[in-house]
Amino acid sequence: MTKTVTDVICPFCGTLCDDLEVVVSDDGEELLEVYNACAIGAEKFLHSQAKDRITRPRMRQEDGSWKEISYDEAIEYTARMLTEAKKPLMYGWSSTNCEAQAVGSEIGEAVGAVMDNTATVCHGTSLIAVQDIGIPSCTLGEVKNRADRILFWGCNPAHAHPRHMSRYSIFPRGFFTGKGHAGRKMIVVDPRPTDTASMADVHLQIEQGRDYELLNALRVAFKGEKLPDVVAGIPKEKIYEVAETLKSGRFAIIFFGMGVTQSLGKNHNIDEAIAVTRDLNEYTKAAIMPMRGHYNVTGSGQVWGWLFGFPYAVDLSRGFARYNPGETTSNDLLRRDEVDAVFVLGSDPGAHFPFSSVKKIYNRPSVVIDPHETPTTEVCKVHVPVAFVGVEVGGCAYRMDNVPIETRKVVEPPEGMMTDEEFLKRVLGRVKEIQGV
Amino acid sequence: MAEYLIKNGFVFDPVQGIKGDAVDVAIKDGKIVETTALSSPKVIDATGKTVMAGGVDVHAHVAGPKVNTGRNFRPEDKLFTYKPKNGIERMQGGFSVPTTIRTGYNYARMGYTTVMEAAMPPLYARHTHEEMRDTPILDQGAYPVFGNNWFVLEYLKNHEIENAAAYIAWLLRVTKGYAVKVVNPGGTEAWGWGLNCENVHDPVPYFDITPAQIIKGLIEANEYLGLPHSMHMHANNLGNPGNYTTTLDSFKLSEGIKPNSKFGRDQVMHHTHVQFHSYGGDSWANMESKAKEIMDYVNSHDNITIDIGQVTLDETTTMTADGPFEHHLTELNHLKWANADVELETAAGVVPYVYSPNIKVCGIQWAIGLELALLAKDPMRVFITTDHPNAGLFIRYPRIMKWLMSTEAREQQFDAFKHKDKVIDATNLAGIDRELGLYEIAQMTRAGTAKSLGLSHLYGGLAPGLEADVAVYDFNPNEPYVPDDIEKAFLNAEHVFKAGVQVVKDHEIASNGNKRTLWVNAKVNENPQVMRDVKEKFLRYYTVNLNNYEVAGHYLPNSYVIEVDATE
Repeated sequence: MTKTVTDVICPFCGTLCDDLEVVVSDDGEELLEVYNACAIGAEKFLHSQAKDRITRPRMRQEDGSWKEISYDEAIEYTARMLTEAKKPLMYGWSSTNCEAQAVGSEIGEAVGAVMDNTATVCHGTSLIAVQDIGIPSCTLGEVKNRADRILFWGCNPAHAHPRHMSRYSIFPRGFFTGKGHAGRKMIVVDPRPTDTASMADVHLQIEQGRDYELLNALRVAFKGEKLPDVVAGIPKEKIYEVAETLKSGRFAIIFFGMGVTQSLGKNHNIDEAIAVTRDLNEYTKAAIMPMRGHYNVTGSGQVWGWLFGFPYAVDLSRGFARYNPGETTSNDLLRRDEVDAVFVLGSDPGAHFPFSSVKKIYNRPSVVIDPHETPTTEVCKVHVPVAFVGVEVGGCAYRMDNVPIETRKVVEPPEGMMTDEEFLKRVLGRVKEIQGV
Repeated sequence: MAEYLIKNGFVFDPVQGIKGDAVDVAIKDGKIVETTALSSPKVIDATGKTVMAGGVDVHAHVAGPKVNTGRNFRPEDKLFTYKPKNGIERMQGGFSVPTTIRTGYNYARMGYTTVMEAAMPPLYARHTHEEMRDTPILDQGAYPVFGNNWFVLEYLKNHEIENAAAYIAWLLRVTKGYAVKVVNPGGTEAWGWGLNCENVHDPVPYFDITPAQIIKGLIEANEYLGLPHSMHMHANNLGNPGNYTTTLDSFKLSEGIKPNSKFGRDQVMHHTHVQFHSYGGDSWANMESKAKEIMDYVNSHDNITIDIGQVTLDETTTMTADGPFEHHLTELNHLKWANADVELETAAGVVPYVYSPNIKVCGIQWAIGLELALLAKDPMRVFITTDHPNAGLFIRYPRIMKWLMSTEAREQQFDAFKHKDKVIDATNLAGIDRELGLYEIAQMTRAGTAKSLGLSHLYGGLAPGLEADVAVYDFNPNEPYVPDDIEKAFLNAEHVFKAGVQVVKDHEIASNGNKRTLWVNAKVNENPQVMRDVKEKFLRYYTVNLNNYEVAGHYLPNSYVIEVDATE
């Protein structure tokens, strides 16, 4: 016999679908099937059942091989490393729950660490733009129930947020959107002919790195002012047409992704995108939303917001919070040799940071907390596997629109596995002992 | 638990009618007790000092999504504000939107021990509770917003009070909320389309209901349930010249309705930050104070309580569920604007704002707030707030006390205005020579607010049996003093007790306390129709499943449930 757990939250991307159904064995030990999830989400659940999963902490030996150690030894190493370091980097935090983030923040405060999350190489620029100009936004349900103009800018939800369009943005029939897909105009701005672009009513195939110009041109077009014949590779007629489409809608929403946040212009692009949204509010109702990647990167920004006042790149090394992106961001710190220990949890800088940064991690005392083997585990000194949040332990996560949803535990972790929160609590206790607090 | 005897202080306690007599206050097992019940107390000599119950704030925005938006999008609000951790004190920072840790500590330092979060979007209830969990010392509750909720609009359109009440009871339970909050009824739903409801008869687009029906219906539903607090309202048309008529229209909707509550309150409507709702004139050029007209009404109707929403002339961060107002504000001052519309429920906006003494309108606003308090005939129904952080910061409460207690302090402020004469012409304040005393201050910040909240069985006084929330201030009301002494003493109490635990000792934080979260569990008759409507709306219109909506108990590690039985 098996049992089915319903209303399961998917701990993969910022779409944070909460309608999965998971079939588990009667004793709750084995996860057998996943329904309703996209391919990536289903794989995340099924992958937790891998027979070759690492279940005990390991320490790198002189010859490069791994030696299994106990959790106690891993806790001791981590606590010592963090307290002895002058300025440790505690990076990641996006694939864990808010409860663990809060404990981690307390450790960071105690040891004077730099706290940074994956926004640093993703939507950090959006956060900077929000500090410049604000952000008129909404929840995804408002999009479902009201939006009739959907613009995807520099993002490809068909692959990165596979159920976004069916759950929230393009296909659902909401209260004021009874015609579903047929009642919406979909515009995609992307230099590549992506799968998302292939579905669009209008695909603006912009020149790479010219987003700022095109956004600015839209603002000109809203006001009916003159444009050059071609902007960013798009003929002006097309721009006027898109501007008119947006203005004529009842509720427009712009979703934007890494195509604009990390290409030429960075936060200035987002400034302009938000300004486009502000301007649109003169004519109709408009909102804008970053397509956040990890399922709880939003949450870590929120937790640090209420504890420290900043959403990412928080330097606690002087005993109080400092925030200066470019100075207190992970890659800048690593490449300038400003951190002397690295702690990674719930993220994979080994795969996503520039190689020069990854080398620096390799040359320092380092701990990685991750259920998987990743490029990061390959360069770290200690690897601590933990239970999967959202699969083997619950806890709060924040969707891309900041809506908090509590993830569910559906299956037992392997015998004797710790959770992020348990591990961090033990480390915090040990740190306090070492510091004699 | 330790026993304490606070000896010989000048006690101001409206609950027992003590007006500054030297009385001993005894604390045992977290409660106030008779002095005879103590065996070997620690004695605190309060000779020559002022002793009051812990302050109770009826309305402040201190936790939740819009507060955190304010924190995260204003790095400039952090400049020069950080304090490193120190012993048991954790790191604190921020000015107009402080971190949760600082919020707890700063309130405690002022002798405030209970603070209500004034607007909680139900969909974000979990976030609000997470922040309250990380706010030390204070007892807190949060008011879910109902005034633009689709269920409420649909039930009240047909005047289905019982259904609205059943829905309210359900929502309070799943969000662990405390009271019925209404913000710009109907107007915030209209904001979903970029529109607004400008007066109580301006219909809500697509929902075929007027703000007046929403307000009256929610008062009736609130009394049907007999909740501890009354309906808590922020009326339509906030912040616009000439809006006082809308405010009076909203007040009138409570006429003839009597409270039905076992919790000892006398009001059926609490109107918040009334300063923003008391403007005459028809433009910023001729805007004037209508505080007198507003207070004439409030003074003659004892089923209303209000708080003033005093402008404190600071740079601050405005945040409200009144979405259209915040858009209006950003058009006015061109500062950054955050907005978040919440499906089926509400919206919110956040905009920084500078209340400058060099701007005429800010001076007029400052005067209106004080007029409201000084024209109050019954200080048990008019409370001191700043609508933190909208009109000003909660750390300015002592400054407001100073202004209310001293004509000299008010004159000093008048003299500091660039447009002093224009401000005096547009307001009545210069002609008011009333000076409040500490007894009235205790009514406006403790006894009155506790009673209005339906919590007078716990807070607001020093009678035996109440919670041992006590503040000792280094202030001698019988000696001569200058106005600034008031602010200095009340900003940083010498000793503060929360539920019998000493949280401030010799002006320093001594304990992170044992904070509680208050929420209301109202039992109603089975209502299959409402439960069916809930299921259907979640299935069709929400993007979160019904089974993932409820806030689990572990988000309230120390919850205090107030049970209400509305079954018949």
